[in-house]
Amino acid sequence: MTRTEIRITGFGGQGVVLCGYVIGRACAIHAGQHATMIQSFGPEARGSSCSATLVVSDAPVLYPYIRRPDVFVVMSNDGYEKYAEEIKDDAVIVYEQDLVHPTPKPGQRTYGVPSTRIAEQLGRALIQNIVMLGFFGAVTRIVPRQEMREAVRNSVPAGTEELNLKAFEAGWTWYDEQYGTRGSAAMAAPASTG
Amino acid sequence: MTAEPSGVLTGIHYLDGDFACGEGAMAAGCRFVAGYPITPSTEVVERIGRRFPMMGGIFIQMEDELASMAAIVGAAWTGTKTMTVTSGPGFSLMMENIGLAAMMEVPCVVVNVQRGGPSTGLPTMVGQADVMQARWGSHGDYPIIALCPQSPQEAFDLTVEAFNLAETWRTPVLLLMDECVGHMTEKVVIPPASEIRVVNRRLTDKKPEAYRPYEPDERGVPEFARVGDGYRFHATGLTHDERGYPIMTAECQARTVRRLVDKVRKNADRIVRFEEQDVEGADVVVLAYGITARVARAAIDMARAQGVKVGFLRLVVLWPFPEAKIRELAARIRAFVVPEINLGQLVLEVERCAGGQARTCGVPHAGGGVHDPEEICRVILEAAQ
Amino acid sequence: MSTEPAPRSTEEQHPITPYVRMDRMPHIWCPTCGIGTVVKCYVQALVEEKLDLDKVAVVSGIGCTGRVAGYVKLDSFHTTHGRAIPFATGLKLCRPELLVTVFSGDGDLVGIGGNHFIHAARRNQDVLVILVNNFIYGMTGGQNAPTTPLGAKSSTMFFGNFERPFSLPHLAASSGATYVARWTSLHIRRLTRSIREAVRRKGFRFIEVVAPCSTLYARLNKLGTGYDLMKFYHDFSEIRNDADTSELDIEFQSRIVCGRFVDKERPTYKESMDAHYEKILGSRYVPMKPEGGWIP
Repeated sequence: MTRTEIRITGFGGQGVVLCGYVIGRACAIHAGQHATMIQSFGPEARGSSCSATLVVSDAPVLYPYIRRPDVFVVMSNDGYEKYAEEIKDDAVIVYEQDLVHPTPKPGQRTYGVPSTRIAEQLGRALIQNIVMLGFFGAVTRIVPRQEMREAVRNSVPAGTEELNLKAFEAGWTWYDEQYGTRGSAAMAAPASTG
Repeated sequence: MTAEPSGVLTGIHYLDGDFACGEGAMAAGCRFVAGYPITPSTEVVERIGRRFPMMGGIFIQMEDELASMAAIVGAAWTGTKTMTVTSGPGFSLMMENIGLAAMMEVPCVVVNVQRGGPSTGLPTMVGQADVMQARWGSHGDYPIIALCPQSPQEAFDLTVEAFNLAETWRTPVLLLMDECVGHMTEKVVIPPASEIRVVNRRLTDKKPEAYRPYEPDERGVPEFARVGDGYRFHATGLTHDERGYPIMTAECQARTVRRLVDKVRKNADRIVRFEEQDVEGADVVVLAYGITARVARAAIDMARAQGVKVGFLRLVVLWPFPEAKIRELAARIRAFVVPEINLGQLVLEVERCAGGQARTCGVPHAGGGVHDPEEICRVILEAAQ
Repeated sequence: MSTEPAPRSTEEQHPITPYVRMDRMPHIWCPTCGIGTVVKCYVQALVEEKLDLDKVAVVSGIGCTGRVAGYVKLDSFHTTHGRAIPFATGLKLCRPELLVTVFSGDGDLVGIGGNHFIHAARRNQDVLVILVNNFIYGMTGGQNAPTTPLGAKSSTMFFGNFERPFSLPHLAASSGATYVARWTSLHIRRLTRSIREAVRRKGFRFIEVVAPCSTLYARLNKLGTGYDLMKFYHDFSEIRNDADTSELDIEFQSRIVCGRFVDKERPTYKESMDAHYEKILGSRYVPMKPEGGWIP
């Protein structure tokens, strides 16, 4: 059994929860895996920092929370500082490179993308999260590109599909251009039980 | 009967437990919901409030939970399937009219998305400490049925089932969700309407002259007449006879309250529902419900890896309690392990039913999170000694 | 639709006998209590209006007036203390064709149920509320109520009440009620006429009927028999239709103003909801049917 834990964090308005939702949907519905998403609630979700977590597995998810994330998706420096301690020693850090300044431990791999700038170039800063999602998809290859695209198409508001898919592709392409065409080994992270 | 298609969002969805519960209610045919906002349950009514106008349903946000519960009891007399949704503090306020629904024998569904208590407690964090309140929270002796989903999929399935039980037994039915399941997003499959079993209210076919509102059938359940259909019946929260008239005597009290309680107690084998796994030959049986059932299974895997023979009993229906099953297991196992997100509630029922034949080990958790599987595993290993 | 026999006045039968659960007589109300008179006026009004009584529901809370639901031969519900209005709200919304009357006392509707009262008025729920104001908690033994006049004695204010009471017409009107009237239980014809008028209106309609508790309030305050007390209020009432509701306070053993104070039109909750959704959703909106939302 493989179990991958993901933490996504950013500040309110960056679309952290939608980002987590699309990943979960892609895994659980389009790629036949099991995916449990939990978003942070309460004052926290309404204020500055916001977070969503995902457990993705090939077996039903029993323990629903994450403990030591394999993948850390960060869109704000506050979020990085809040959660950096919990991630695995060999975790993959996917981050907004204009906003986050990671200080990884030796075994941790970092992948940066200027997702806000790319989104602005596409005409809408709001789709920053989908740029990040495309980049995340390319880094982790957690599900095939096509499945992730389907999940984006089915999750965003009607009428915005094309723009969001463009954002998704822009994020994916950034990875290909900057880091080569091979996905990282995030999905091959050691399996944990639960 | 099967579901009425207008309320059924057939498909494969990625939904949280609250939304799935709302979809379950609509699929079951619920068309009136009254509620008051409270974390972590509000998403249920937000979902319903958005979809109801297109299916002939009414959602009304009342001034408080007292009013919400009273409104669904009143509305249920029109034959409409009704529901309210809340969390701990609101559940406390609803107790008054849950008692009225039990006494008047009004089918309705009350969802409590449990959070940490007491009082305001932990509004955004998980708890399971309302399970005894669910059973005994309103004053007096009364019947209650409570179901406990462990996933968004079950939040859908068991909400439908909650309505079916309410209709079958003419009694309020509680859906005891928890914040973790309510706010957890997972795959939820909603089948076509034709594949969803739905129990609709059976209306009396007696003529008004011959109708007695509280004359029980062989199961102890009276026939229902709708308000406005010419029966001109009376219903009251006072102790009443078969005509629905208040009778203030110990004899009438005994007849009425015994029938009420027996309606569920004597039919418990038709209501009780659990899942068992590997209990044959087990030394230890873990009993759990709701989100804790999932965490417990992770712990069971760990304990098995260490060679312990562990069985698993997951309660889907908490009330009525599966007394017979516990007694039967107690006679042949060494110990029960009961993890729950409270400081020891359902474990007392297990202990009562085990009657000293098997040891009972609670694994308490004060709330705000779920157990560490390792902690449950540790107790399993101890219990197996 | 059933045909109702016209109320008859004969020596053998009281005119409202056909509309009362005679198998529940004798009732619990004290001799000279005003509640029975109000019930008589209500039933008379329904019959005079030739309503289909199968389509009338009465909802009561707890207390002496709360027992009305148990005596009228209609679909009737005796609910929990203070919750008659929300109970009636749910019932009415899910079977809009019914005339739903809430019949209860002051302690029930504006004491423990005060929050529901103001919100139902604010939303203009389509219920007729008949409140019998007996100035105290009668059934529990004469305790102070939110309507006890200043200076009057109650069993929990033995030295006299020092809490300012509600002026109920003012409370109802300022909360949004579309029909507001006050009578005493001896204003039989005017009260009946007022109920007939209110039945024809829609929205949150409120009629206060002053009927001081003939047993406890009268005794605690040494005011003679119940009849003396009612006669006092009847004789010292002043009928002033359309009076400013801010001037309707009831003082201890003093003149009270009766009449119809508010009679206006405002969309009910259901009408507002229907109009709003029809505007926003057009033909996608499916309103609750008059006969209810039950799916066979």
